Amino acid sequence: MKLDISINGVARSLEVAPRTSLADLLRSPEVRCPSVHLGCEHGVCGACTVLIDGRMARSCIALAVSLDGSEVTTLEGLESDPMTLSLKASFHRNHGLQCGFCTPAMLIAARETLQSNPGRNADDIRLAMSGNLCRCTGYAGIVEAILDVARGEPGTEMGAST
Amino acid sequence: MKPAEFDYVRPETVEDAVKALVAGNGQARIIAGGQSLVPMLNLRLMPVSQLVDVARIPALRAVTETETDISFGAGIRHAEFEDGSVPDPAHGLMRRVASRIAYRAIRNRGTIGGSAALADPSADWVPLLIALDARFRIEGPNGMRECSGPAMFHGPYTTALGESDILTSISIRRLSAKARTGFEKIIRKAGEYPMVVACAVRDEALAISRVVLGAANRPQIVLEHLSYWLADPKGGPESALHADLEQAGRTGDAYELALAKAALLRAIGQVTLA
Repeated sequence: MKLDISINGVARSLEVAPRTSLADLLRSPEVRCPSVHLGCEHGVCGACTVLIDGRMARSCIALAVSLDGSEVTTLEGLESDPMTLSLKASFHRNHGLQCGFCTPAMLIAARETLQSNPGRNADDIRLAMSGNLCRCTGYAGIVEAILDVARGEPGTEMGAST
Repeated sequence: MKPAEFDYVRPETVEDAVKALVAGNGQARIIAGGQSLVPMLNLRLMPVSQLVDVARIPALRAVTETETDISFGAGIRHAEFEDGSVPDPAHGLMRRVASRIAYRAIRNRGTIGGSAALADPSADWVPLLIALDARFRIEGPNGMRECSGPAMFHGPYTTALGESDILTSISIRRLSAKARTGFEKIIRKAGEYPMVVACAVRDEALAISRVVLGAANRPQIVLEHLSYWLADPKGGPESALHADLEQAGRTGDAYELALAKAALLRAIGQVTLA
């Protein structure tokens, strides 16, 4: 089926089978968004989280055909997003990643978590991030990294545009 | 974890969606948010020859308010309740419950109607909608009909919906200012399917006094004795609670019984709290 979709700000016209997930489309040779990672492929691990029309969603359980006319953003599309840059720096500083498999989705989930409510404490962050699994870090570094940005710690300035 | 092949149509009206379901001869399924259906397709747990996507049908995205009721299109997403983008006839209870359904990434896509139509025994919405005395509007090949919660939900994954029916809206009466509500779920990991859900609503003005229990792999039940007790809470709730659970055959497993009791007592505690 024909699909018109915006991916990271670029309008694309693609041919997809109805059963193609958004995740598989994003990882396909035609689209090439390697930040989208597939772990469980049934909506549990959160590694495939992207933005659909500006809101985070699991791309492994979104059918590409159902998103005709939508705007999809992956981490590749957030390269100059101030909040994402702050979170990346803070994850680095706080050991918020090890193997990196969960990290792109963690950044996307953390971004929406802070944007919807910047004043979150550690418990709120744990709850908000509970849909993203990490098998390396034990989460402490991830929570600390997000808290650092929430607190506006030095080195995590988000810039005037956010 | 890839689904088998299927066809896909996106009708623009409820009428066309019903026609597509009839033409599908029992092998077509409705998809809205897809947050339960697509995992099942990925795991190949369900044979589907055609998906009928209703997520964008305007009638299913509408919210209609009258002085006494609010009717929610079945395609309203959990996050819209959570964010307060739609009004809450239960003074914040729907918002509170929505905000703890699965994870935000799921809530951004999943819909209240999809949850009700699937009737997962662990669903958060189902016991709440029964307790709020919601009315369900169903459109099918023979026209429109309405039913109550107990008539809608027959058991786990079993509802009043026929294979060519669509749940189009859910109507809820506005609770009075003096109404009190309680909701409690017990869950081992944040965002997972709950092990037990309890919901209690008491509104004298609307003559609602209802306590509902939902739990994994069991039908939701209305606790009649406890509901009666809630209307006039004299003495402790324990004997009413025990009578209901005994009647429903839920006293066999000590652990399940303890979970059910704990959730129910907490939910009714939120109602009776002075």
